[in-house]
Amino acid sequence: MTYKREDGRKQTETRPIDAKVGVVANAVGSAMFRIGKTIAYAAVYGPRELYPKFLQDPSKGVLRCNYNMMPFASSGERSRPGPNRRAKEISMVTEKALLPAIDLSKFPNAVVDVFIELPQCDAGSRCAGICAASMALADAGIVMKDLVSAVAVGRVEDQILVDLNYIEDSYEGGADIPVAMMPSTGKVTLLQMDGVIKKEQLKKALELAHETCKHIYEVQKSALKQKFGVGSK
Amino acid sequence: MTNGLIAKDKDIVVPGEVLATGLDYLPGYGTYRAGDMIHANMLGLTSIEGRTVKLIPLSGKYIPKTGDVIIAKVFDVTFSGWRAEVNSAYTALLSLKEGTSNFVERGADLTQYYTFGDYMVCRIVNVTSQNLIDLTMRGPGLRKLSEGRIMTITPCKVPRVIGKKGSMIAMIKDATECQIIVGQNGWIWMVGLDGKKEAIASQAIKLIEREAHTSGLTERVKEFLEKETGKKLTIAESE
Repeated sequence: MTYKREDGRKQTETRPIDAKVGVVANAVGSAMFRIGKTIAYAAVYGPRELYPKFLQDPSKGVLRCNYNMMPFASSGERSRPGPNRRAKEISMVTEKALLPAIDLSKFPNAVVDVFIELPQCDAGSRCAGICAASMALADAGIVMKDLVSAVAVGRVEDQILVDLNYIEDSYEGGADIPVAMMPSTGKVTLLQMDGVIKKEQLKKALELAHETCKHIYEVQKSALKQKFGVGSK
Repeated sequence: MTNGLIAKDKDIVVPGEVLATGLDYLPGYGTYRAGDMIHANMLGLTSIEGRTVKLIPLSGKYIPKTGDVIIAKVFDVTFSGWRAEVNSAYTALLSLKEGTSNFVERGADLTQYYTFGDYMVCRIVNVTSQNLIDLTMRGPGLRKLSEGRIMTITPCKVPRVIGKKGSMIAMIKDATECQIIVGQNGWIWMVGLDGKKEAIASQAIKLIEREAHTSGLTERVKEFLEKETGKKLTIAESE
């Protein structure tokens, strides 16, 4: 008995993706990334001077990410606003997922702040956040080796699925693996896992993640170009 | 693998995009070589000059350079000078010696020269590796700005606002009869005979900022200014 996705998607099919750059007028760079019902907004401020001074690094700039889910973002109850343990962890992994791609060596003692806000979530929020943040960083003119694209892959029963929604993500006994990578080199910058998976299945899942990230990269690319009136959707 | 260019001249490219393959081309500003390929490392407009592929950035904060004439805003007065914001990631320092040619007595009140919130046109004399910026007020045209308004544009669009040999800004000045000073840091000071003319000038500058990456911009700005002011304009010829 194979698992059938409740929204009728194929195994390797993502939810509909939409991206837009330049959504926050007062930020240096900003972007929106929507995948299905998950929406992430990212705004970049800086490089600017970093205070308190002990946080400064005289050899290079510092990247600071802030992931925030809005109070009514996930289904059901209002969650208490502000950072919680989960948000702090995701802020940290987002930062580490973006750092290998960006070069802040020209900005000693400075900070680049990335604020990721999620008005609506249906699983895959850290991946959507990373996608939005990397577009916003590019929009802010930060020197980057590559954009970072991210997607969650996972296992439900014996099926390997791409871009899990909340039902699949919370499926009993399955696995959820958020992956972020630099698509042109295939270097992985984020790899987490919830649940259990077999070695062979993990290999297959990562391959699918790479394919999907390449697809997401194209969406990000055209969104960035569209800000300047070129390229197609 | 084929050798040659993949991106065309004046293409908008994103970080990571392959611009050229093979060893026929050289990576310039805003690009890097990885193996056989030249990639973009920022969002920008490609510019191919001979065998060099480089990028013209489309966004980003002001990067201070020695010799740039900028507009600065004083935010602190210290023992030996003034500290100023310059719309970049770092703040700048204007020392007493560079700030005024007057004799200043020990312990004198420095706010009589420049005080908090004052804007001035000044030049960058030095930028260190840690991005400490030194300013000077000594030079032609460098002065405190006492009236008018300040507007902000993206610093990398400043060359477009100024135009070839200052043709664009000269046209705006001519049409609106405003005095305008464009700082390299993206701050623009202007003062006009009335608010209406200032508004037209600032709209024209906003138009340039919005469409800086397109060609035929001078024509469109000219049309806009002629429509708004009802004046016949000529575009200054550049050799």
